[in-house]
Amino acid sequence: MFEVLQNDTLAPNVHRLVIRAPRIAKARKSGQFVIVHPEQGGERIPLTIADADPQAGTITLFVQAVGPSTLQIVGTPAGGSLQDIAGPLGKETEIERWGRVACVGGGVGTAVLYPLARALADADNEVTTIIGGRAKPFIILADELAEFSREVLITTEDGSLGRQGFVTNALQELIDDPERCPQAIFAVGPVPMMRAVCELSRPYGIKTIVSLNPIMIDGTGMCGGCRVKIGNETKFACVDGPEFDGHQVDFALLVDRLTMYREQEAKLIGELPPELQKKIIKVKK
Amino acid sequence: MKKNLSHKEIMAIKRVKMPEQDAQERSRNFKEVNLGLSKEQAIREAQRCLQCKSQPCVDGCPVRVRIPEFIEALAEGDLPEAAHILLADNTLPAVCGRVCPQEDQCEIRCVRGAKSGPVAIGYLERFVADWAMEHPEELPTGSTPQASGKSVAVVGSGPAGLTMAGELAHMGHSVTIFEALHDTGGVLRYGIPEFRLPKRIVDLEVTRLQNLGVTIECNIIVGKTMTLEELSEQFDAVFIGNGAGLPVMLDLDGENLKGVYSANEYLTRVNLMGAWRSDFPTPIIHGRQVAVIGGGNTAMDAVRTARRLGAERAIILYRRSEAEMPARIEEIIHAKEEGIEFILLAAPLEILGDEQGWVTGLRCQKMELGEPDASGRRRPVPIAGATFELEVDVVVNAIGTRANPLLTATAPNLKLSRKGNIETDSTGATNLPGVFAGGDIVRGGATVILAMGDGKNAAAAIDAYLNKGA
Repeated sequence: MFEVLQNDTLAPNVHRLVIRAPRIAKARKSGQFVIVHPEQGGERIPLTIADADPQAGTITLFVQAVGPSTLQIVGTPAGGSLQDIAGPLGKETEIERWGRVACVGGGVGTAVLYPLARALADADNEVTTIIGGRAKPFIILADELAEFSREVLITTEDGSLGRQGFVTNALQELIDDPERCPQAIFAVGPVPMMRAVCELSRPYGIKTIVSLNPIMIDGTGMCGGCRVKIGNETKFACVDGPEFDGHQVDFALLVDRLTMYREQEAKLIGELPPELQKKIIKVKK
Repeated sequence: MKKNLSHKEIMAIKRVKMPEQDAQERSRNFKEVNLGLSKEQAIREAQRCLQCKSQPCVDGCPVRVRIPEFIEALAEGDLPEAAHILLADNTLPAVCGRVCPQEDQCEIRCVRGAKSGPVAIGYLERFVADWAMEHPEELPTGSTPQASGKSVAVVGSGPAGLTMAGELAHMGHSVTIFEALHDTGGVLRYGIPEFRLPKRIVDLEVTRLQNLGVTIECNIIVGKTMTLEELSEQFDAVFIGNGAGLPVMLDLDGENLKGVYSANEYLTRVNLMGAWRSDFPTPIIHGRQVAVIGGGNTAMDAVRTARRLGAERAIILYRRSEAEMPARIEEIIHAKEEGIEFILLAAPLEILGDEQGWVTGLRCQKMELGEPDASGRRRPVPIAGATFELEVDVVVNAIGTRANPLLTATAPNLKLSRKGNIETDSTGATNLPGVFAGGDIVRGGATVILAMGDGKNAAAAIDAYLNKGA
């Protein structure tokens, strides 16, 4: 059992959980993830480790309620526990000294971006952060990111915070400005956002790294359910990723495979009590 | 009792038939197919054993169960003694009695085989093991072994690791098993379906080991959560039995279409994650027409699972003929009884899909048998121009597995074969001192009992290694 020490609400249905997991905290490197199995008979949910404290023996996860199992995870109060957490899984982020780097986060993806952006800043990169969301309540970690970013640009779809529009609008401006144009881009968020960022950066030849989150079971390369196409090769996101060169990713296939169980997922959500259904965020796939 | 039977009477007893669930009925449920012998049937079958002095059956058993001895006790109706003998030699008898290929191991060597069929050793093993599980109070309480003060880490709680743990615990060593998944048993849990090996049996076998003092820690991926080096520092010896958990892909166009699974994923969803149960949230695509590619036990498990999930057509597509199939004969017979279709001498060329990305069919190549290949089986050769299409909505790839590199990638000094399997000597020792390995990570995809044999064999080597160091 893994004890939840802290559970804060950051945005509607987006929670930050601090969990006691000493072995994972000790072994974890930036970019890696865990698989959380909240209870016997639940699903196994892959979640990126946002932060780890080896001294305290804790890991931090940001979780968005998108279905019954994630709803259960965010609903675990401090003092409660999650049955199984396995990890750290996947490869660590390759942090290089690129020079100017743009870090682009969408929704809960901003939480995954945060430790990545910090590691890039620590490696002497000049980090510009762009974060986007539906509306003001969904913009998270802006102050924390500002601590080490040269600037933080915020976009919201309804204009309730920062500029109205999408992260790609802000990124385009950055690219168009020779003083600020990034040498590398890191994008984490919903698949359509990552795809749009890659399409935008491709003609400029700017290296763009994305973090993929396909359907997964074991996270150790055993099942192959998380396969993604990178260039002409099939890779397993769990062991070969989760971070990949975005210009090589077959996003159409990724989107398609994410819809494999759409009917079953809708049915499960439909079976939840109405007050819980309201707590689930509909994710664009 | 047997003592009263003449030789003629013993020779006249016919081999027992395993009572089974009706084929039509069982093809729609996940309950166990084989129902087990009654006590009367088991004792009568045990009486068929001629108690050969040379004991050829024992030579055929990778864990060297004293088969004639346990059968003799059973023939006399002494079930506690039969159980005592069996449990002393085999850590997982209720598993072996169900999934071992006895027909190729112990039973094939039985002298009664030629005329009236071999003694049904597997059925008797299962009977005695099940009886022992139900009557723990009647088992002789063995003396607790004296603690050696030595500790051993076992990587993986599959058949090799569980056997290793049981053997070492009996020798007085302190054993900790590290399991990557959230539940125990390895392939016994995620791979073999409920209808062939009920998970209750795995639970009971694991509990018995825990009662012997074995510690099992789930959610530890050696190579990720901990390294082999850390284990070597913390324990006096390490045994690696982490299996061959990496699917061999078909490498065909259309393999990434929705509805195309590796057997590992398909079976894990159903067995470990409970996709067959209405009270579990795990989704799976319930195909109406399912093709499973391959001819081994995993392929049979997958295709019979597909049938139970409601497939109208559940098809085995195999590139050789039935004679070359690696699956157990019993599984092939059971599959046929359940209405599984066998399309033999055919190999997939391409997986076909629709505009929405769902699999719709397979384009296949007809084959014929040519000269024997390295495995001694006749090689399948394509028949020029002979292709056909098969309409399917789920495809399961069961062509095999390879060594999973997660652990070995973080142990650069560990000697591997060209294929990535760990190299060992005949005792299971690797090139690193105090590090042993067995099962599929050494052999590639093999059987439960061969993995158990490796576990038992390496346990003796580890015991010798630990005593030498003392």
